[in-house]
Amino acid sequence: MSLGVVMLVHTAFDRAEQVIRHWVAGGCPVVVHVDKTVDRAENDRFRHRLSDLVDRVKFSRRHRCEWGTWGIVAASQSASELMLSSFPEVRHVYLASGSCLPLRPVRELVAYLAERPERDFIESATTKDVPWTVGGLDEERFELRFPFSWKRQRFLFDAWVEVQRALRLQRQIPGGLVPHMGSQWWCLTRETLSGILTDPNRPEYEAYFRQVWIPDESYFQTLVRLYSRQVESRSLTLSKFDFQGKPHIFYDDHLQLLRRSDCFVARKIWPHAERLYEAFLDPAEQAMKGAEPNPGKIDRIFAKAVERRTRGRPGLYMQSRLPNDNWENGFTSAPYSVFEGFSDLFEDFETWLARTTGARVHGHLFAKTGAEFEGRQKSFAGALSDSPKIRDYNARRFLTSLIWNTRGERQCFQFGPSDSQIITHDLAHDPNAQISVISGAWAVPLFQTGGDFAELRTEAARLQKIEAEHLRALRSPHAKARIRIWTMAEFVESPKDCLQEVIGEFAGTEQRRLTEAPRMVDLTGFGRFLQNLKNEGMHPYLMGDFPVERQPRPVEPVRRKRYLVR
Amino acid sequence: MGAWQSYRLRLQRKRWRVRAFRKRRELKPVVNRTQEIRPSDILVFSTFRNEYPRLPYFLKYYRDMGVDRFLMVDNDSDDGGREYLAGQPDVSLWTASASYKRARFGVDWLNWLQLKYGHGHWTLVVDPDELFVYPFCDTRPVRALTDWLDASSIKSFSAMLLDMYPKGGIRDVPYAPGQDPLEIASWFDAGNYSIYRNHRYGNLWIQGGPRMRAFFAEEPHRAPALNKIPLVKWDRRYAYHSSTHTLLPRGLNLTYDEWGGEKASGILLHTKFLSSFADKAKEELGRGQHYAASREYRAYAEGVTENPDLWCKWSEKYINWRQLEILGLMSKGNWA
Repeated sequence: MSLGVVMLVHTAFDRAEQVIRHWVAGGCPVVVHVDKTVDRAENDRFRHRLSDLVDRVKFSRRHRCEWGTWGIVAASQSASELMLSSFPEVRHVYLASGSCLPLRPVRELVAYLAERPERDFIESATTKDVPWTVGGLDEERFELRFPFSWKRQRFLFDAWVEVQRALRLQRQIPGGLVPHMGSQWWCLTRETLSGILTDPNRPEYEAYFRQVWIPDESYFQTLVRLYSRQVESRSLTLSKFDFQGKPHIFYDDHLQLLRRSDCFVARKIWPHAERLYEAFLDPAEQAMKGAEPNPGKIDRIFAKAVERRTRGRPGLYMQSRLPNDNWENGFTSAPYSVFEGFSDLFEDFETWLARTTGARVHGHLFAKTGAEFEGRQKSFAGALSDSPKIRDYNARRFLTSLIWNTRGERQCFQFGPSDSQIITHDLAHDPNAQISVISGAWAVPLFQTGGDFAELRTEAARLQKIEAEHLRALRSPHAKARIRIWTMAEFVESPKDCLQEVIGEFAGTEQRRLTEAPRMVDLTGFGRFLQNLKNEGMHPYLMGDFPVERQPRPVEPVRRKRYLVR
Repeated sequence: MGAWQSYRLRLQRKRWRVRAFRKRRELKPVVNRTQEIRPSDILVFSTFRNEYPRLPYFLKYYRDMGVDRFLMVDNDSDDGGREYLAGQPDVSLWTASASYKRARFGVDWLNWLQLKYGHGHWTLVVDPDELFVYPFCDTRPVRALTDWLDASSIKSFSAMLLDMYPKGGIRDVPYAPGQDPLEIASWFDAGNYSIYRNHRYGNLWIQGGPRMRAFFAEEPHRAPALNKIPLVKWDRRYAYHSSTHTLLPRGLNLTYDEWGGEKASGILLHTKFLSSFADKAKEELGRGQHYAASREYRAYAEGVTENPDLWCKWSEKYINWRQLEILGLMSKGNWA
């Protein structure tokens, strides 16, 4: 029972040498394939350095290995043939690269394989069942021809794919083969491997796979299905790929993660990761209690990295994430509430809201005179400035920054027609916005201040126009915010129910009945005020129908339940 | 982008390169150790004027990061900084007494040096008051980053300028040469940045931070730009267009993702606001050698004499790159 290692090397020869010596010291013969693009002098130096191991380390015929082309398969074939013929005691052949690093003592891997003498470890899945999206070519990689290099001749590569698609050219897959794909790093038994290498149809298969896209991920993976007695469809090499199909690289700071992964071999290791090489090639390295490989934690870390690169953090705008419109995957990062007209109608609305919901309650963040942060501070979370010019210079970023900076805390703010309106459409389109409007309530402060009626009339007309515009945005089919609109007349009819409805949306307050209502301003004479506006020819309609003389019912203060001490 | 626009940008790029070529005469070599540069070396390019106190820490910081060589232009210093650098084994030094402004704030000089010595290298263009921070910089040398960028076919890496400031008056704590400036200027603004896209050059236009809220509240559009692309796998055809904010060809400016994802990015900790700053602002104002008629320095000079404290209740204290990552100022992207 023995294990042989086939190693494909094209760079970082000192690291490759270290690893080769480690395998040999563990009792495994190694066949090395050096990429043909490596210059002769370098190759000779490398061979010379390993000349003391001449009977345990062999060098196979060199092929040019370019990513995605046949060369890598040819290299694995030649090296495997040499392995099988030179070392008859070898029962399993492990395909590795120069940047692979054994994480567990070699004897453990040998023992592990000895217990499973008939098993082939190779990831092999049919294309139909694997969503292999990298490059957008899954089944097509078996049906089209790929004579051009993806790295060097991208234009021709893409053009030729398009031509074949347009002409519906399709290749015949050789009889008896079902295309399978998987990681290119495998560990096969002597029987399976020699079956594949001595197959009478090999020339036909080769002719076919030479023009398949990335054959190193499909040649052995497909043919193994013809010869293997027992396929274990997973790779013993821990190798993670990012969203572009290039392998993630391991560094010194991954040491503990790799230790705990219980994997046999990891790829790819950064050649300068001194600590990793030191730790794992240490002959005194402790056994990992014979556990099964368990790369779960590493998987999660790399899956998160891919997620960050492709989806990003919703609601974040920064130097390396500035999504086009509608690609934000969330305009803001968290739900927030906008109240329009409430602070006009209630005297102590902000403090009441803060008390009732525990949320952070601001005044008019978009007030013309400056952002009214909670407590009217000069600056707020993230050092946002209250300067109106800075805010209006980029109002969208002001809002998204505010919500981002206060993650974990619900934000509420007041809004109305006397505020800067730049943000109107963004508010309406943001699913995170909960917007509650008492339309026409802006008339209440006018009514209260009194003064020159002609001026009031002009101001009322202006505000009404702005609010009408705003309401149109809220009612547009593009609006995605959760929006409630009451006319002031409706709201005043049953203010408690309305408030209950609004507050009900705050997390943790759904079940609670309001125990305390905010104090409504005295509306005596408000109907008359509206009527006067009408008489002046300015028709205030957004507040609904207010009878001229009717007294709106004041909100009854809710009687608290008595405490019962038992 | 139409063919016409593309052609104009091409002309502009050539113009900057020709200009760099002309301006090379203004550079007088002090020590030229460029023949020692090895093909894989990572190079820092920098211009400075009277920054002697900062230089020892600057060199140490970047040496520890794994930078191999420094190529620096001294703009007529008279504080001994030139002599100090000339004695450093990994520094090549030029001196220029010509106008900083007419060399487009040093860009022409560095464009020339990069054209001549930077081709095929990863080049990092930073001022002596800028400290580069990238994901995992506490555990991985900068070569790990450049190797990863190479493997990912990424040619340029952005690092936003993050203004650091002390708590209390800028003059309160004097800075000693060789000291880590972050011991004093350890605070920053975490989330008050405006970002716009510059459609002509494809880069971002980021403004904000303490300088905007303290000095430019009345005309925020004039606040200094914070977007920078300091780390580039240089090719002699490239040129910096305006400082390190914009590169040509414009494809190099696409260091951000437009489809919702995050690309990897870093931060330049900008430690300008130290005790020496107030005097420097006065001096620079007198020289009138800075961008947009020294508006920035004028704003500072006024601000500094009035109220030199940039700190506010919501300022964030710097801990490490992970903190900046969590705050969303930089990103690991898909580097893990």
